[in-house]
Amino acid sequence: MTVYEPIEEFTDLKPPVTSIGVLGWIRSKLFNNWYNSLLTLATLYLLVKVVPPFIDWAVINGNWNTTGAACHQSKGACWSIIHANIRFIMFGFYPPTEQWRPLLAMMLLFALLLVSRNRRWWSKYLGFAWLAGLVVMGLLMKGGLFGLPAVDSGQWGGLPLTLILSVFGLTAAYPLGVILALGRQSRMPAIRYLTIVYIEMIRGVPLISLLFMSAIIFPLFLPEGVTINKIIRAQVAIIMFTAAYVAEVVRGGLQAIPKGQYEAAESLGLNYWQTMRLIVLPQALKIVIPPTVSILISAFKDTSLVVIIALYDILKTTQSTLSNPEWMGFSTEAYLFLALVYFICCYFMSTWSRKLEKELQT
Amino acid sequence: MSNSGQNPSPAAAEEARQIIKIIDLHKWFGEFHVLRGINLEVAAGERIVVCGPSGSGKSTMIRCINRLEEHQRGQIIVDGIELSNNLKNIEKIREEVGMVFQHFNLFPHLTILDNLTLGPIWVKKMPRREAEEIAMYFLEKVHIAEQAKKFPGQLSGGQQQRVAIARSLCMKPKVMLFDEPTSALDPEMVKEVLDVMISLAHEGMTMIVVTHEMGFAKSVAHRVLFMDEGRIVEENTPDEFFDHPEHERTKLFLSQILH
Repeated sequence: MTVYEPIEEFTDLKPPVTSIGVLGWIRSKLFNNWYNSLLTLATLYLLVKVVPPFIDWAVINGNWNTTGAACHQSKGACWSIIHANIRFIMFGFYPPTEQWRPLLAMMLLFALLLVSRNRRWWSKYLGFAWLAGLVVMGLLMKGGLFGLPAVDSGQWGGLPLTLILSVFGLTAAYPLGVILALGRQSRMPAIRYLTIVYIEMIRGVPLISLLFMSAIIFPLFLPEGVTINKIIRAQVAIIMFTAAYVAEVVRGGLQAIPKGQYEAAESLGLNYWQTMRLIVLPQALKIVIPPTVSILISAFKDTSLVVIIALYDILKTTQSTLSNPEWMGFSTEAYLFLALVYFICCYFMSTWSRKLEKELQT
Repeated sequence: MSNSGQNPSPAAAEEARQIIKIIDLHKWFGEFHVLRGINLEVAAGERIVVCGPSGSGKSTMIRCINRLEEHQRGQIIVDGIELSNNLKNIEKIREEVGMVFQHFNLFPHLTILDNLTLGPIWVKKMPRREAEEIAMYFLEKVHIAEQAKKFPGQLSGGQQQRVAIARSLCMKPKVMLFDEPTSALDPEMVKEVLDVMISLAHEGMTMIVVTHEMGFAKSVAHRVLFMDEGRIVEENTPDEFFDHPEHERTKLFLSQILH
């Protein structure tokens, strides 16, 4: 046996300079071996090559508030295309005199989303606020009451349309997907096979073809004189499509719940719905937050496919400005702007999901 | 085959109300015949220990009593209600029969307190405050009240199993089933769980315990059942059972577990 002699005096030595602080970080993260050093140098070279010219183009030589003609003269970026067309990009064919209405509706939506970000504020009242908010938003968009002139939904477009399609699409698709997932696990063969057929059929078809079907084939089956709003048809197609994907992800979560959880719930006397609602789904849905949010994000981006049935969402309105001879040729700027809008929305969703995951951790 | 010396059951045990009656119970898993004609009567207040080699059907038998497993032949009558496909009957029986599992099966997403109040609130439709009072009462009983706000994952195995016992007790069951409650525990935690079970026994709870804890069987059981290959092979008072086992298989089994 070894006996360790007690050390008489302790003297704290400082760690070597090269292992702490900025220098230490650079050394340990960027130059800790020869291939990392090589990669670091290569990256630095690329950044030097790319960043300054981009800043030159986008900022220093950028045109912010000029005419299209002035832009064509300049070497820099033509942000004026956004500036000059912002009204159309944002609101499409919505009557310009009434455009405060979609703007207000969107602000209401953002306010509700921001409040809902914090789980501590989730309550019955927030639910009511959402219901009231949706009614008010609908009223603002549609008009026809309280002296607001009616605006036909054919004139809706731009960001409000994108947001309507995605917010309604995602909030309806999620619960529907959960129900489908439960159906696929059902002990009742009729329900199980129906959901399997539904899920597999929808997953076997691209969203574009569903949108075409809803826009072109579906109306053929309606009786003469009956029409269903084009936005609603696209909306239903998006919901049906997304729900099938959510269902499969949720099913994965359900399979991760140990049998003992069901047995414990059953032996307490909880019935099927109580077991699902109180025991199984809270755990299963928590497990599948990351893949679910991936699906919701991609569904959000997929709403831009409605251009093919001639709905003017924000992608289509932006594209349309490019066909104006004055602004022709500035697609880089227009698409960069569009990318920024989409990025902000998607980033909001993904940070929120990470926050939710952390909060629900037990 | 009634009372053990140390643990006289209530004087009227013989005439006491039968709380569980199992008649010619058969069960198959696919082609495999797990239970081959079980007959068992349990009086209110009686404590029964079931032992036997693994695969002998002991767990399956007690899981049939609250319908975690479905039997295919024979009858199970709990407190006058026969188990059938009638969902209402199954739910009634599950309210009266508490179950403690080998792996605790606490709900990991709920606090200890919420684990306990879930059944009373949702099944018995009890107001939350009342349910919490009952929950705290039973948590104190299993010496774990100070952990009420924690989550199951933060507790040791022994603590979790005591919570699981308290969770069952909150439903005020007439019978408690224990399915190898100490088998998944580290050795130093077995005692704290057994102590809780012993004090429960002293309060007169009807208990059916599948366990290999022979000390527990000796000190609290009225009867010990030995099962093998889906049958009850031998049944006796603990003293007789351990000192004078009759059946060859019982002798072999005891020699293996008692070293």
